[in-house]
Amino acid sequence: MTSLERLVYMLNQIATNLATDPDPVTATAEHIHLFWDPRMKQMIVESNREGLSPVAASAVQRLAQAHASA
Amino acid sequence: MTYQPQKDFGTPASGSSDLVTCTIDGRQVTVPAGTSVMRAAAEQGTSIPKLCATDNMKSFGSCRLCLVEIDGRRGTPASCTTPVEQDMVVHTQTPHLQKLRKGVMELYISDHPLDCLTCAANGDCELQDQAGAVGLRDVRYEVQSTHLGQEKDHSNPYFDFDPSKCIACSRCIRACDEVQGTLALTMEGRGWDSKISAGLASDNFLGSECVSCGACVQACPTATLVEKKVVEIGTPEHSVVTTCAYCGVGCTFRAEMRGEQLVRMVPYKDGKANRGHSCVKGRFAWGYAQHQDRILKPMIRKSINDAWREVEWDEAFTYTASELKRISDTYGRHALGGITSSRCTNEETFLVQKLVRAGFGNNNVDTCARVCHSPTGYGLKTTFGTSAGTQDFDSVEECDVMLIIGANPTDGHPVFASRMKRRLRGQDGRPPAKLIVIDPRRTDIVRSPHIEAEHHLPLRPGTNVAVLTAMAHVIVSEGLANEAFIKERCDWDEYRHWAEFVAQPRNSPESLQPVTLVDAEELRAAARLYATGGNGAIYYGLGVTEHSQGSSTVMAIANLAMATGNIGRRGVGVNPLRGQNNVQGACDMGSFPHELSGYRHVSDGDARKLFENDWGVALDPEPGLRIPNMLDAAVDGVFKALYVQGEDILQSDPNTKHVSAGLAAMECVIVHDLFLNETANYAHIFLPGSTFLEKNGTFTNAERRIQPVRKVMTPLNGLEDWEVTQRLAQAMGLDWNYAHPSEIMDEIARLTPTFAGVSFARLDEEGSLQWPVTDAAPDGSPIMHVDGFVRGKGKFVVTDYVPTDEKTGPRFPLLLTTGRILSHYNVGAQTRRTENVAWHPEDLLEIHPVDAEDRGIKSGDWVKLASRAGETTLRATVTDRVAPGVVYTTFHHAVTQVNVVTTDFSDWATNCPEYKVTAVQISPSNGPTDWQEEYEALSERARRIATEVPAE
Repeated sequence: MTSLERLVYMLNQIATNLATDPDPVTATAEHIHLFWDPRMKQMIVESNREGLSPVAASAVQRLAQAHASA
Repeated sequence: MTYQPQKDFGTPASGSSDLVTCTIDGRQVTVPAGTSVMRAAAEQGTSIPKLCATDNMKSFGSCRLCLVEIDGRRGTPASCTTPVEQDMVVHTQTPHLQKLRKGVMELYISDHPLDCLTCAANGDCELQDQAGAVGLRDVRYEVQSTHLGQEKDHSNPYFDFDPSKCIACSRCIRACDEVQGTLALTMEGRGWDSKISAGLASDNFLGSECVSCGACVQACPTATLVEKKVVEIGTPEHSVVTTCAYCGVGCTFRAEMRGEQLVRMVPYKDGKANRGHSCVKGRFAWGYAQHQDRILKPMIRKSINDAWREVEWDEAFTYTASELKRISDTYGRHALGGITSSRCTNEETFLVQKLVRAGFGNNNVDTCARVCHSPTGYGLKTTFGTSAGTQDFDSVEECDVMLIIGANPTDGHPVFASRMKRRLRGQDGRPPAKLIVIDPRRTDIVRSPHIEAEHHLPLRPGTNVAVLTAMAHVIVSEGLANEAFIKERCDWDEYRHWAEFVAQPRNSPESLQPVTLVDAEELRAAARLYATGGNGAIYYGLGVTEHSQGSSTVMAIANLAMATGNIGRRGVGVNPLRGQNNVQGACDMGSFPHELSGYRHVSDGDARKLFENDWGVALDPEPGLRIPNMLDAAVDGVFKALYVQGEDILQSDPNTKHVSAGLAAMECVIVHDLFLNETANYAHIFLPGSTFLEKNGTFTNAERRIQPVRKVMTPLNGLEDWEVTQRLAQAMGLDWNYAHPSEIMDEIARLTPTFAGVSFARLDEEGSLQWPVTDAAPDGSPIMHVDGFVRGKGKFVVTDYVPTDEKTGPRFPLLLTTGRILSHYNVGAQTRRTENVAWHPEDLLEIHPVDAEDRGIKSGDWVKLASRAGETTLRATVTDRVAPGVVYTTFHHAVTQVNVVTTDFSDWATNCPEYKVTAVQISPSNGPTDWQEEYEALSERARRIATEVPAE
């Protein structure tokens, strides 16, 4: 498993476990914001987002926007 | 500072708040009702002669030495069994009493060897003291038949048993029954033939059920049971109170010394975590501190293929600093990181994370809690507001229902397990607490002498969340939730949302039974018992956290406690049993990459500002790398240097091949440890560490109790661990000038609100303090969330069961779960270098008879244990403790390296590895796997130390 594949796996796992949250996309994006180091965030934001679940992909989109505006 | 044994009041303290006043030898004394005459006398400074009484067990009344006279009463009652009454007038010394005592003592001595001068207990023998106290001068009896001349039992590696010196006081038997709760000892025979027997008559101490906790040795008033070290060295001449460096119980010990030589560790009766009890590790297994394998000089090498070269400290620090600077300049500051130790002190841990944040300039710091209790941090912070157990250990005495999930306390936390067992047997006329155990194995506490779990739910590994959700389903759907508590203390809307979720038919015990394999009726009964049985206390361990849903399980536990109102008072709560001695402390000290000390996120500008002002540097507001992320980044070529203090990630972390690939990809691995551990095979710099006996500082145990660790001997390597980190920081140009760990604690207190009132001076006064220690709680906080949750309202979090992706299949049909055993600690680096190997010389694979038979495996056979990650070999033991389909082993021995088998799957929220679920296959084997052979060769090569200085 490459590092990016591992990040995709981790992110999907986070999104799955936060699926019962009232706002899963925000919760997933917030989790990444709070616990992933900058390089991990950058890798997932700059990836082609293949293999991400819909919630995970939306969360990455959210992070990408935040990065762009930062 | 001369040696004094701890004062013995003869009988336990009475818990009564009513006071009575009596007169003893003309002096008035006021004591709690229920206090014995013996104890009342001791409290006013009068020591009544005694042999069978000691204050950590119930009075027995057999030795007939503690007789007293009481005005208005006939005869001479035993003072140990007679409670004081209001206005009672007691005489402890009269001519009549003196005559009686002398007569009794004469009988004892008539059948006791008179080798006092050469006896190991000479000078520390209660029989000797009492013979003196009663004025015995002569023994008139010519005894025909005696119990002298019997063979000694030397089988236990730490203590000897000499039956000839026994006075049949039964203190050892009672200690084993009442204090330890193993009930291994009994009195065999009668009269002259009376003899203490461990287990069956055919057993010796080592072969019996004795767990070598040392309670009997401590209780023995003669040299019948005596430490081998005392036999070898002699009696101690001074003692220092300190804290054990093994598990998260954090027992207080008296290190009893002769000069700088440790003679024995004796549990301290005033220690609030252990109340005078100990286990085989803390009491006896400290020989590693002087073991020949200890590395005492710093060593460096360019490549891990080179032999080590010993250097002086100065060169080591200069070289290390230059390597770190080179890597930072070449690859950027994010290429550096550190791992703090859960075995080192709070002060040492604090300095390592400070070095990373302020010196390396990033937040790449993590700790071994990553691989054990990080889900506790996430789960309890989310639900309650802070990452900590809610109770003190004493609280267990008030519980009515004990729910143990994913913890094996009799092996992992033995001293606290003894207190649990005491509560489960019932004491002082109180009915025993009821026990629910949720564990794939039938752990010892499920059924042990006088204890039988009401419900044991042997779930399929990996289905904790499903089982807890099913329990919540029962509680909610049967109307057992404590809605008054929830309305007052928790967010009601969140509760409603959660209650609707758990009440869904798909979450019923019946619907989930195919997944969990737990009998639905049994699960329903367990849920009802927890919800309605009175004070319900949950104790959990790594069987909860080390799963892909570890954090969810912690939150599911918190949900259950809130739903039933079992939070915020004595006897209840959510109690993580911490693994290593200072896991709690390491977490508190800001060892996680996203948190500053006191659990404040690095993105919190106010918290960061506090540190930036104090340290005079800017801090990175972004979280750093966690251990598994560091290894990934290393394999990617962007993470190049790691400072590891007191941790052996190669042996303890999952998927050994991944760990070694990460380490091998780094340019500078700095191992700071006692021994050349497995990680050191990949290290370029070795900084020798110091043991807990060689330094000052504090450890924080599982009940948030901050306890002093005191230096009793000079560090063999010359420096305490905090000094090593400080010297390294100085070499890197940081202006650190701590003269003593107390100054580090002052800084911690200054920067951490929950530690605001902590100082070494306060700890010396109080013995220990449980954080938070604040203006609002200046004496600490034994119970948390009393008037409200730390986060305000308790938060119910919906935890949906998500099966792990680690699945069994035709190639790997069994589930492996790993754990610990009583005699060993973590990777075994310490305990394997003690006589504890007598109990557990190798890791064994537990396998159910059905699975064993299918594969033609018998107990003692070598088997290959293979998973998708790797394979190893070890010997099998066939037992029905594990369910069919489940196998179990420990990870204490480097030759087994069971983590070569465990996988990269981890907790979704924290990356805590899923040690407890690995799909495996077992097959008969003739010998080590290729991997084991290659690794052994590598270890041998990597551990070479150049013996001569090169000529050039």
